[in-house]
Amino acid sequence: MTGLRLAAVLIAVFTASFALAQGDGRRSGYQDMSPALQKMQDDDTANPAMLFVQAGASAWTEKAAAGKSCADCHGDASISMKGVAARYPAVAPETGQPVDLEGRINLCRTTRQLADPLAAESDGLLALGAYVALQSRGQPIAPPDDPRLSSLRAEGADLYKRRQGQLNLSCANCHDDNAGRKLAGASIPQGHPTGYPIYRLEWQALGSLKRRLRNCVVGLRAEPWPYEAREYLALESWLMVRARGLAIDAPAVRP
Amino acid sequence: MANVLVNAPKTAKKGDTVEIKALIMHPMETGFRPGTNGRIIPRNIVEDFSATWNGREIFRMKMSPAIAANPFVSFSAVASESGIIAFRWTGDEGFAAEHQVNITVT
Repeated sequence: MTGLRLAAVLIAVFTASFALAQGDGRRSGYQDMSPALQKMQDDDTANPAMLFVQAGASAWTEKAAAGKSCADCHGDASISMKGVAARYPAVAPETGQPVDLEGRINLCRTTRQLADPLAAESDGLLALGAYVALQSRGQPIAPPDDPRLSSLRAEGADLYKRRQGQLNLSCANCHDDNAGRKLAGASIPQGHPTGYPIYRLEWQALGSLKRRLRNCVVGLRAEPWPYEAREYLALESWLMVRARGLAIDAPAVRP
Repeated sequence: MANVLVNAPKTAKKGDTVEIKALIMHPMETGFRPGTNGRIIPRNIVEDFSATWNGREIFRMKMSPAIAANPFVSFSAVASESGIIAFRWTGDEGFAAEHQVNITVT
């Protein structure tokens, strides 16, 4: 009897996780890339983002102004940073305010290392971000169950559906209604933030989710928000909820 | 020292063809783009890449401004003897980077 019940529970759990992972039609941008690009991303010596990871790994042990490195507090990143990128944006205990992973890195820099914050999209910030994100590879996206984030997520969901710019389009118009189809020659992905920071071939550089969002906003012929704007944090928070359960494949290559 | 990623087999059978891949971090600035101040950003590219196997040159290429940032080069060589495969990149503004890997040929 117990065996039977156990089997039933196991089947239920398996079905639920299967539905969560792939049965619901959600696809990571990775799945919509050409096999050649997938191979490039999978090979850690061909993926150019790994050059930044290398730089991030050395920055991890570099001592800052207060004589402290990231490693002095966090130790081995492969243990302490595992799954971290899968759960940000989250509320920072120091300020009680939501931050994304890059905001968290800069918060550590200013409050613990007593150093200057790294500029948005600077190589230093992207490299550390890529090194931290790499430690979550394969982990399912797991946004924290925190009521303090719910208003931000609601804002993000609202922004996602709000039409903007001269083209008067919302994120949802492309990434929900027309995902999988073509916009000129490029395929429209579902817009799940599984691989950030990404090495985008069009940029010939590593870039954050914020840069990617700015790219879309400019494409709508709307004015992009400045890097420190709350709108990005709101959108990021909503996108992570929307992608819950999909596996992190950072640092990813995208066309 | 620039960031370099090299993928070459650690061991090979004598006479086998081995694939060697080398990736280096470099902006490959073309020299044709204007910057935010309207002036042309000076050219800054890797001009020359070469690989030697125990000092004997096995591969060399001249790079041009049309090559994208962080150039990735893949080539093959016949495994002849155990030793060191050394890579060297040189370019504008005195850029020079070196990297070497060991290979055992049986």
